[in-house]
Amino acid sequence: MKRSDLLVFNSKGIYCPRAKVYLDPWRPVNHAIITHGHSDHARFGHKNYLTHHSNIPILKHRLGDIPVQGVAWNEPFQINGVTFSLHPAGHIIGSSQVRVEYQEEVWVFTGDYKDEDDGVAVPYESVKCHTMITECTFGIPAFKWKPQQEVFKEINQWWKENKEEGKTSVLFGYSLGKAQRILKYLEPSIGTIFTHGAIENMTEVLRPQLALPPTQLITRETKGKEIQGGIVVAPPSAHGSPWMRKLVPFETGTCSGWMAFRGARRRRATDKGFVISDHCDWQGLLKSIKASEAERVICTHGYTDIFSKYLRELGYDASVENTDYEGEKDEATTSTEKETV
Amino acid sequence: MKDFAALIEELDATTKTNRKVAALAEYFRQASEADKIWTIAILSHRRPPRPVNTTLLREYATELAAIPLWLFEDSYHIVGDLAESIALVIPNDQMKSDKSLSEILEELILLKAKSELEKKTYVQQMWMQLDYYSRFVFTKLLTGGFRIGISQKLMTKALSQVTEVPEDELAYRLMGDWSPANTSFEELIFGRNEQAYVSKPYPFYLAYALENELEELGDVSEWAFEHKWDGIRGQMICRKGELFIWTRGDELVSDKYPELLHLVNFIPEGTVLDGEILPFIDGEIGTFNDLQTRIGRKTVSKSILKKVPIVFRAYDLLEFEGKDIRQSNYQQRREKLEPLIEEISHPALQLSQRMIFDSWEEVAAERELAREKRSEGLMMKRNDSAYRVGRKKGDWWKWKIDPLTIDAVLTYAMRGHGRRTNLFTDYTFGLWENNEAGKPELVTFAKAYSGLTDKEFAQVDAIIKKTTLERFGPVRSVEPTLVFELAFEGIAFSNRHKSGVAVRFPRILRWRKDKTIADANSLDDLKALIPK
Repeated sequence: MKRSDLLVFNSKGIYCPRAKVYLDPWRPVNHAIITHGHSDHARFGHKNYLTHHSNIPILKHRLGDIPVQGVAWNEPFQINGVTFSLHPAGHIIGSSQVRVEYQEEVWVFTGDYKDEDDGVAVPYESVKCHTMITECTFGIPAFKWKPQQEVFKEINQWWKENKEEGKTSVLFGYSLGKAQRILKYLEPSIGTIFTHGAIENMTEVLRPQLALPPTQLITRETKGKEIQGGIVVAPPSAHGSPWMRKLVPFETGTCSGWMAFRGARRRRATDKGFVISDHCDWQGLLKSIKASEAERVICTHGYTDIFSKYLRELGYDASVENTDYEGEKDEATTSTEKETV
Repeated sequence: MKDFAALIEELDATTKTNRKVAALAEYFRQASEADKIWTIAILSHRRPPRPVNTTLLREYATELAAIPLWLFEDSYHIVGDLAESIALVIPNDQMKSDKSLSEILEELILLKAKSELEKKTYVQQMWMQLDYYSRFVFTKLLTGGFRIGISQKLMTKALSQVTEVPEDELAYRLMGDWSPANTSFEELIFGRNEQAYVSKPYPFYLAYALENELEELGDVSEWAFEHKWDGIRGQMICRKGELFIWTRGDELVSDKYPELLHLVNFIPEGTVLDGEILPFIDGEIGTFNDLQTRIGRKTVSKSILKKVPIVFRAYDLLEFEGKDIRQSNYQQRREKLEPLIEEISHPALQLSQRMIFDSWEEVAAERELAREKRSEGLMMKRNDSAYRVGRKKGDWWKWKIDPLTIDAVLTYAMRGHGRRTNLFTDYTFGLWENNEAGKPELVTFAKAYSGLTDKEFAQVDAIIKKTTLERFGPVRSVEPTLVFELAFEGIAFSNRHKSGVAVRFPRILRWRKDKTIADANSLDDLKALIPK
């Protein structure tokens, strides 16, 4: 079939010229379809937002009272003769892939995604397409996730041991997505689960949609003694901040795909690294692309050069487009890899 | 293997000394005799010779992982550690092997002589039988270089807790020429192995850099001074008609310096000297660069012996007439050392002059002469100081001269290792020089990868990623925009460097955000720093 440019990459985002709609644009536009609530995908200033129903509370929490229209998964809708539909991406709660179809040509933009069912987000659904626009945050064979039950077993065990030593466990993870995934699998019988303000606010917004154990917000009034032996879920930015003083004595743990690297863990000066990510690992990416039956693959963020080169060796028509998406940030670097060559 | 891997994981997971010591002590309490001695050997860099080269390891790993070699290499550049990269790409996470550390090491020793096919089968099987972390540790044993921040001091501390042998005593026992093949844990810690004793060096006494004002050191008459020579710290041992030279890195280097071995006929039995291995060319101390031409060589040719002759410049006497005299004071030791060197009177054995000054001003003035005298600064030693074990404060200080500096432009960058994995932290710097057409261009003159804070490295990393021009494997050329002030200890002309100049121990002093690349120095500015 003839290759067309149903979607193009311009300075504002991924654009469908025929429908005059942008997907996850990074500059203000008139019509934006938003895959999920992370700030590199859902930005301020668009005139009209369209996203999955379950993502609306997140967008409103983060961006204020924006004009947003909600749609369901697997329900096609038309814009200027182009057929769009959203499909679960399994990345975080409310995350979607966008399917775009015009005259029997199908493109899929994955946004961020993972193929593992985490029990929190609606699981990733494979969508057949001719062209797949995929992220590849962890697109080298060094990344291979363990099943999450194993990791959460380690986390609870770690909490238990710290408690026995009279220490508080401080666990770092993104406030949207990772934090709720952690909360869901912490074992409340071990002790009290405390939260940092950023985590508590986001979780509060999502509680109507999720069954999560009770949490206690750490406020100015909370005494250090009360927290001792408990577990505290905090955003990575809290690490090393004065806010931590109250938690002494503590052990720190970080939940991130980057924790697969010894160097990354040492750089963050975290006592324990738990390898858990809301993105696909290497095999997850390859399997998802294969299952989509796409012939053409466009890589947007992550190890795009390496990953697309390997895809070409496998026979795909693979290329790289620059975007402003960041994937899962390796916090020590202020930016993730932005390949220019 | 699982216990040892767990130990390494625990040591690697913490920067707290107490916790490392506790983990080691716990391990030493539990481990078998054979595992204990092997653990000490590995942590003191006495691993068995590499049975398989890293090229082959890469091939074995890519085959098991079913990925092309280039993909493995690209991943390795990101991960920053070969053993870790291999451990990550091998598709197995179940622990199926219950072999002990010592069993595996003994197998590795035998493996060296086996055929390539046997090697491949063994290594691949092991990889598939070990879980991720054990596989990483196993591969580290194959590739060498176990750098996990375990100093000798830390290990002796832990061993001392377990065995109740004093730390200084243990430090001594752990030194020298022993291996698990010829020494048991009992023998090493409690026994006395005559054979090993003959070549055994004493632990080096190391000085800290001067921290306070000179005047706070008290009366200048209580101190003696020497120049701090820029060679290799070494211990020369003469016992039972044999001569051994150990470096401070606990490496036996006697064979590398045949001109020193000759001294065995001149030095009396039962003598141990502490001193500096130095290049000495035409009656002058050479540069560290000269010494470098000798360090790397396994076989020493006649021409190199002639080109860069070596001397041993002694500054202390640790054993005299077969007796350990480390507890007598520095002045007493020197009073034995000085006539001894004179008596031996051999051109390859020199005395590091002891200097005495009447005021701290004179001391400071002498330090200013360091470059002229080809030293790095001054060593300050209390007259009444014993020769202690390891790095201790108070009795000995080193007072180095300020480094030379130059402003240079960042031209290439490479990803770092260890905690800098995935960050561009290894930089190449250039200085201006006019090319044949008379146009200024940047000529590479040094590499440096230390001196910035983590935050600065992150900022520079971001700029590098945005200003990349070209990639050559792991290396990127970047658009020249960043200027750094580099410091270095020594400088000399060199044919081995494109710039024609070699600098010693270059590192980043600070990021000159206030300067544009046009403000950076030229190669001529650098050459002007070379002592005439």
